Amino acid sequence: MIQTETYTKIQTGTDYPEPLKNIKAEPVINIKGLYKSFEKNTDILKGIDLTVKKGENLVVLGKSGSGKSVLIKCLVGLVTADRGEIEVFDTDITKLNNQQLNTIRVRIGFLFQNSALYDSMTVRENLSFPLKRHSKKLSDKEVKDSITAALESVGLIEAIDKMPSELSGGMRKRIGLARTLILHPEIILYDEPTTGLDTITSREISELILSVQKKYKTTSIIITHDMACAKLTGDRLVILKDGVMVAEGSYDALEKSEDAWVRSFFI
Amino acid sequence: MDTVLKKVFTDTGSVTLFITRFFKEVFRPPFEFKEFFRQCYSIGYKSFPLVAITGFIMGLVLTIQTRPTLAEFGAESWLPGMVALSLIREISPVITALICAGKISSGIGAELGSMKVTEQIDAMEVSAINPYKYLVVTRVLATTLMVPMLVVLADAIGILGGFAGINIHSDVTMYRYFSQVLASLDFIDILPATVKTIFFGFFIGMIGCYKGFTAANGTESVGKAANSAVVTASLAIFIIDMLAVQLTDIFFISK
Repeated sequence: MIQTETYTKIQTGTDYPEPLKNIKAEPVINIKGLYKSFEKNTDILKGIDLTVKKGENLVVLGKSGSGKSVLIKCLVGLVTADRGEIEVFDTDITKLNNQQLNTIRVRIGFLFQNSALYDSMTVRENLSFPLKRHSKKLSDKEVKDSITAALESVGLIEAIDKMPSELSGGMRKRIGLARTLILHPEIILYDEPTTGLDTITSREISELILSVQKKYKTTSIIITHDMACAKLTGDRLVILKDGVMVAEGSYDALEKSEDAWVRSFFI
Repeated sequence: MDTVLKKVFTDTGSVTLFITRFFKEVFRPPFEFKEFFRQCYSIGYKSFPLVAITGFIMGLVLTIQTRPTLAEFGAESWLPGMVALSLIREISPVITALICAGKISSGIGAELGSMKVTEQIDAMEVSAINPYKYLVVTRVLATTLMVPMLVVLADAIGILGGFAGINIHSDVTMYRYFSQVLASLDFIDILPATVKTIFFGFFIGMIGCYKGFTAANGTESVGKAANSAVVTASLAIFIIDMLAVQLTDIFFISK
């Protein structure tokens, strides 16, 4: 977790609560003036400016349809931005072709809302599939060791030969995270990691996010509606409203916001 | 009207880009041999029993239905040749392709549609794995290779079905039956009919993949993708067949 806590002024022009702490680490993600619209000229993102520093856990909050998922999908090129810059590892990914983008993608892990495990493959094959494609020189033993290590880090080594259909929701999330970890990403993007899970499993997943961050020293962006997850995992929170970033700060600072709408997330 | 026209042009452009991408990707490494062979097994081997049963029934029924008419003209001896020609030139390729459209194209449409809806295709993309190459190229190549093979097998089993049909009312030896079949066939009867099945296979795979790959979000779209794949692939088979027959007529038969 980031320990340095000096705030700096950010956005919005509204009198939202105390601005963010200036973390003394290099930024790994730097978004400037990001716009995205889909059909009927409806802007989903309206000029997002955001910086995420190395080793930071950033939580993005907002109502459904506020553009949270679109924001992180823009970071890996799943959704193409209309305007603006997205610098990841000092490279503006909006200017890259697909092949160049892939060199960035292997450094970013993405945990999907429904885990997106490959249905036709066992857990072992789900993990070896990306690994074998990106590390062709690895021996079978090295592949096996990597799979074991990834599964051990999420505490599910016993599920190695199961099919995704045999796993519970929480187990699927863990395996999804193990698949993400197998390529040793420097950034992990979590799309609603605790959605659809019971309170206890949600807490376990939140704790797992923290332990992964400590173990692998990753930078994380966590999209969530789960305030317990946000409190536990977030070094910093940002809140989106209709595609605009309206508030930013620590959990405690935003909880005491003067804005009733912001406070409503914490009730 | 504008919206309809816009949709027609957008869809045409989208299909064209999807097909063009296949020819770009197919020769570019890495080659997914393992997945290709897995698809060949799934598409070819697993469809064989269905195609074999249908082929046998086609030959049997065609013989039984045609026999009385030929008998009226005292031309019963033409029956083996007629059955073989009908099966090889037209019936077997089209019926087998339609069965494949129903089984394979809808299966691919539903599988890829489901992968799209559950973000499995996106998961490949963010892992820097080319989903088009892994999912589409392998399946289209497999259908392009396996459908002609299934048609050849259906031809053979259909002719065998014809032998069974003839022997219901007559007593013809297998040697005599097959001698008459082979005597009635020319290279020209087999080549164009086999070549067109390559196109059948290509479009069966391509349409299934396109429908699945472009499925909208939501589980309802998976069913729609599967259904639409069967309808479009079946229509494509008839259109390709019509063109193939015309071209064969111009280049081979008219001469």
